[in-house]
Order: sequence, then structure tokens, then C-alpha cells
Amino acid sequence: MVELLDETQLERSLNRIAHEILERNHGAGNLGIIGIRNRGVHLAERLVNLIEKKEKTRPPMGTIDITLYRDDFKEITESPYIGGTEIPFDVDDKDIILVDDVLYTGRTVRAAVDEIIDFGRPKTIQLAVIIDRGHRELPICADYIVKQISLKDTEYVEVRVKEVDGEDRIVKVEMD
Amino acid sequence: MKKHLLGLQSYGSDEIFEILDHASTFRQVLERDVKKIPTLRGVTIANLFFEPSTRTRISFELAEKRLSADIVNFSASSSSLVKGESLRDTVENIRAMKVDMVVIRHSAVGAPHFIARRCDTVVINGGDGAHEHPTQALLDLYTIRERFGEFKGLKVTLVGDALHSRVIRSNIFGLKTLGAEVTLCAPATLIPTGAETWGIEITHDIEEALTNANVVNIMRLQLERQSSGYIPSLREYAAIWGIDKNRVGLMDKDRLIMHPGPLNRGVEITQEVADSEESVILDQVTNGVAVRMAVLYLLAPRQKEEKHEEI
Repeated sequence: MVELLDETQLERSLNRIAHEILERNHGAGNLGIIGIRNRGVHLAERLVNLIEKKEKTRPPMGTIDITLYRDDFKEITESPYIGGTEIPFDVDDKDIILVDDVLYTGRTVRAAVDEIIDFGRPKTIQLAVIIDRGHRELPICADYIVKQISLKDTEYVEVRVKEVDGEDRIVKVEMD
Repeated sequence: MKKHLLGLQSYGSDEIFEILDHASTFRQVLERDVKKIPTLRGVTIANLFFEPSTRTRISFELAEKRLSADIVNFSASSSSLVKGESLRDTVENIRAMKVDMVVIRHSAVGAPHFIARRCDTVVINGGDGAHEHPTQALLDLYTIRERFGEFKGLKVTLVGDALHSRVIRSNIFGLKTLGAEVTLCAPATLIPTGAETWGIEITHDIEEALTNANVVNIMRLQLERQSSGYIPSLREYAAIWGIDKNRVGLMDKDRLIMHPGPLNRGVEITQEVADSEESVILDQVTNGVAVRMAVLYLLAPRQKEEKHEEI
């Protein structure tokens, strides 16, 4: 197990990402932040709080569960638990920031983008991730990245967040 | 989850709650601008309606289309049934067409079970004779849960023809499994022998049945029964067992009025009660689509081998 980021580093990086989002979108006025379940939701919440601190306005936040939009429905044996999608604001003409912990094959992001578009027609959808670990299977890339790494097939990344795992820590793990 | 949904008698509370939990997710989807989700793309479903049905058939069709499944419809009047084909041959043909799921409504008790034994397809019972109508009961349970949250200690009164009603039977099985206190009220001629083994209160007195009840679920009086001598006249049924405003007043203040439809206004329910604030008859219809989506989603066939892929 190799540590990639500790708590302080993650906090600094999220601060940087919040700045980048505000810079690129000229403030928070037109933003909507959507976290992908599960850990993306907590990261999205933190971004919303950071943006509120800097800009004094709180962008609306939603959560998305991509289960119903998966492209491998027939391959999974158990019907997975559906956490539910809640987007309590109008996505039309908004600049949507989609937040997830790890970007890997790109299939989760594809499903999330499809689902958001079923809610309306955003002006843009931008993607923010903590770790981009490469090995994409679809033509998808992130707009905001905390850390880019390349992993072997036998390795994976664990993004641990306080809300779920009791600590903020990102580690690289070797599969047995 | 079981492979088929043939009736609620064989379903445990875990399975029922799993369906109801999923139904609330699908209920949210129905509030969106675009109500279609791609979940069951590539799954083929045959709707076999050997008996007339409007509500259930449309509700299933809508649920299937919302989930992006491919569907074929087969109804008694337009099918080979009128040409004398047996159920068994119809089934063989369905099997040859390689559909993934079958929804069946049939006047013969056990028709869905017959198909389930003979085909690999997933079978969902859309009503078989006077036996069971599980998806109707599930949507009733969903509607009750949406309002009261739980079933333990809840007083639910079912009024009407228990002899011919599959809706009553499925409701009793589901409600009992979830721990509700169930009372059945009907004329003595419309209560089947063996009803005393269901473990519910049975009464012929509507006022006693409604006192302090939280939910009343009123069955349609199947008008064709009148001519077969089960009840003296429609007017008498309306007077003795019909639900009007005064009788509703006997119920608990926290109450719901339900009816699976179609309504015979002025017979089993008065106009005033059917259109009152406490009546959730149209919510039941909307919830029906969500509940059927949940059933289809949970029972849709998946590949046998274990293959969990992170996406």
C-alpha cells in the first residue's frame, strides 16, 4: 500500500480545483455541482462548501446514481442497490460540474452524462476527479484533476473520505 | 429475489420490501421531464392478456416502455386463442420466439404457474382467475407505506367480494406478511370457505369493520355477480356495504381510502368519497407504474456466471 495523498494534500488540492472551476466559469453564478454516488457526493459537497466560502454564493448541488444507466445490466448477477438520483435544480443552461473520485474506464462518466441530459440541456458539463488512473475505454477526459497516475493491472486506488471511511487518505493498493 | 412473481403468498417480507424500496426510485424517475431510462435495453417482454384488461395492461406497457424494453402484445380478442389454440401451444410458440419475460393475465387459476414450469422465461402474474394479482397488491402496499411508513399495528379493512377477487387475496397475503391487522368485510355469500384459515378478522358488519381503521381498500362489485344471485340487488349492496361519508367518519382520523378501479360510483363507493381529499385512488394508478418497473427491473434475466465489473 502506497500513500498518494494525505488529508492536508487533499484539502489543498480541492482548494485548487475550486479556484480552477471559478476561474474557468467566471464565478459561481451559473454553476451546479453534481456528485456521483457514493464518494463523489462527499467530494462534491466539499467543493460546494469551498466555493461558498470564496464567492459568498452557494451553488446548487445534486447527487447521481448511475445504476439504471449502466451498460452492463445483463452481466451483473445481483441487482445492485440503487441509491437514487436527486437533482433538485433546473439543469437547463447551467454549467454542471460532475464530481467523482476515480476516473478509470470512463463508463461511469458516460452513464452520468446520459442521465444528466435526461433532466435537461446544460450549457456545459465539466468533469472533476481526484485520481485519473488512465486506461480509458471511451473517449472521455477530465477537466479538473487532483492527481494523474498510471497503474498496473494488478493495482487499484482507494479514495477514502472522512464521511464514509473515517479518514481522508488516498492510497494505491496491490491486489492479492 | 425469486425468479418469477406468481403470487405474494410465496413472497417474504424482505422480498416485498426490496420491491417497494426500488419502486420509490422509479417513482422519482416518473417525475422527471424525460421519463425514460435505458435500463432494460435489449430485454424482450411479451404481454399475454387472455382476459380483458385496460388498467393493468396499460400500466405494464408503460412500465416496460419507461425501462426501454422491447415489447410484444398479445390480447385475447386478436390472438390465435379465438382460433382454438391451447395455452400449451401458445406457450411453445412464445418459447420459440425467445422472449426474456412474460406478463400473463388469464381467467384460469394457475396459468402463470403452468407457463413458469414449461418455459425458461421469467413469468409475472398479471392476474389469474380468482387466485392472485400480485402487482396490484404491491402497488396498494406501496401506497399505504408511502403514507404510514410501516405496517406493524396498522388497521387495514378490505371490503368486497372475497370469493372472486384476486386483488383481495394478494392484499391479504402481503399485508399479513408485513404485519398489518387485516379485517375483511363482505356479504356472507361472497366470503369463500376456508377464509377463516387466513388469520384475519372477518365480519359482515361494515360499521364494525371501519371503526378505527387506518386504511379501507374497497373492491369493485363485479356487476355480473348480481345476476348470479350472490347479492339481492345493487341498491341493497350499496345501502349495506357501500362506503359513504358517514361510514368514512368512523375510521381513524389518520386514514386512506383506496380502490383498485374501475369504480362503480354509487355502488361500492359514493361519488363524494371517491373524489374526497382522503381518496388516493389516482395515486394508486401512478404508483402502479413505478411498482411494475421495480418488479421488471428486479426480475429481468441476467447472466448466470458471477461477473462483477467496476465501471
